[in-house]
Amino acid sequence: MKSFVTLFKNELKLNIRNMNMIIFAVIMPLVVLIILGIFYGTKPAADGAEYTFLEQSFGALCTISICAGGLMGLPLVVAEYRERKILKRFQVTPVSPFLLLLVEFSIYVVYCIVSMMTLFPVTMLIWNVRIRGSLTAFLGCWLLTMVSTLSIGMTVGGVAKNAKSAGVIASVLYFPMLFFSGATLPFEVMPPVIQKIVGIFPLTQGIGLMKSAFLGLPIDNMWVPIVIMIAVTMICMGISVRFFKWE
Amino acid sequence: MNAIVVDSLTKKYGSFNAVDNLSFQVRKGAVFGLLGANGAGKSTAIECILGTKPPDNGKVTIFGSDPRKDRKNLFQKVGVQFQECDYQPEIRVSELCDETDCLYKNPSDWKALCHRFGIGDKLDAAVKSLSGGERQRLFIVLALIPDPQLVFLDELTTGLDAKARRVVWKILSDLKSKGLTILLTSHFMDEVEILCDEICVVRQGKAVFQGTVEQAKNAASCKKFEDAYLALSGEEVDE
Repeated sequence: MKSFVTLFKNELKLNIRNMNMIIFAVIMPLVVLIILGIFYGTKPAADGAEYTFLEQSFGALCTISICAGGLMGLPLVVAEYRERKILKRFQVTPVSPFLLLLVEFSIYVVYCIVSMMTLFPVTMLIWNVRIRGSLTAFLGCWLLTMVSTLSIGMTVGGVAKNAKSAGVIASVLYFPMLFFSGATLPFEVMPPVIQKIVGIFPLTQGIGLMKSAFLGLPIDNMWVPIVIMIAVTMICMGISVRFFKWE
Repeated sequence: MNAIVVDSLTKKYGSFNAVDNLSFQVRKGAVFGLLGANGAGKSTAIECILGTKPPDNGKVTIFGSDPRKDRKNLFQKVGVQFQECDYQPEIRVSELCDETDCLYKNPSDWKALCHRFGIGDKLDAAVKSLSGGERQRLFIVLALIPDPQLVFLDELTTGLDAKARRVVWKILSDLKSKGLTILLTSHFMDEVEILCDEICVVRQGKAVFQGTVEQAKNAASCKKFEDAYLALSGEEVDE
């Protein structure tokens, strides 16, 4: 526990000093929100819809930080530590791969929380966004989406050979998920073909659940995405610890 | 009692034998010098001993256990300074020490260690802003933070000035008198002569001499140890 707290505190400080995640996980979601806010304001999501466009998009906005942290920040920092032989230095200490991964994982959880906590008041105060469904259900879906996406990143970071290959894998996952799963471009405006293709991303599933929970819409087959996300999390975490590479 | 037992260790890179059937023992409480020219296989041998590289053949035990299987327990009492170490880009001296300290059950006081090694006034400095010698001393401090029973020091005084080298020797001698076992590599034969109880000279991955400094001088019929080392390691300079 002492190891976790100290490593977490130190690594978080180093991460903040680096500034990348402040920009991509905290400022960028706010920028996207402001752009959407200027365009749509308090307009309803569609003609006759009972909820506004921003209310419909709120869950998706919360996943920008999840994408940035889980698919860019987390895999790259772990792969960089491997390439710079920082992990090799840890290998000749008693620390376990699990603890190191848990520390980095937790740092990106912090960014995701901070991002959501900044999006909530801004949308509520300026554009009068209200939770029409259940806050608890929304937070549950958010948590599941975050944990499953971060665990994908943890696997990439845990086993990628070097920072370059982690970067390539991370980009291949990050950009399509960011643009097409509904995190930045609203899922609703995409052609049905693309909607079908990106439906396989766990992030798309998560955003769908978060949207329904936020708006209080009925969810068909809610267990399918939940089971998919839990399975992804378990498998990815298992792989990243079992096949962890120090060097 | 032996702290380290290396038995027929072999490590190949392709068809090149970096370490070739190397065997030696390090007694508890002794300072053991692994010597050889650049590329002779010292660092590879150390990595195989520590378990950071898998050997192709042979067996290594540290305090009676396999370093690859018993990593978590073993490294509670073993400190390591690698020849090539790196650190997080923006990390400060105090943070790097703190981050190392928190991994051990009974760590030494790292602030006191930093002061003894003459970098006590650099605790708030970024590690990357330190001079080469200061950084080298910091990495020796990191290896001593676990309050180890055994420490590996790969090229421990490279980059240090004359005074700093003396300080390091003094501290290591003190720690040795308290029972610390040391395995070191060095290219400075004055240092080896002062510190090492026993040496092993490695040439192309093979042990070509094992014994004390005095025995090395006798074996090579040289008065000066450096000459003896050069003769044994096959690095004699043509004149």
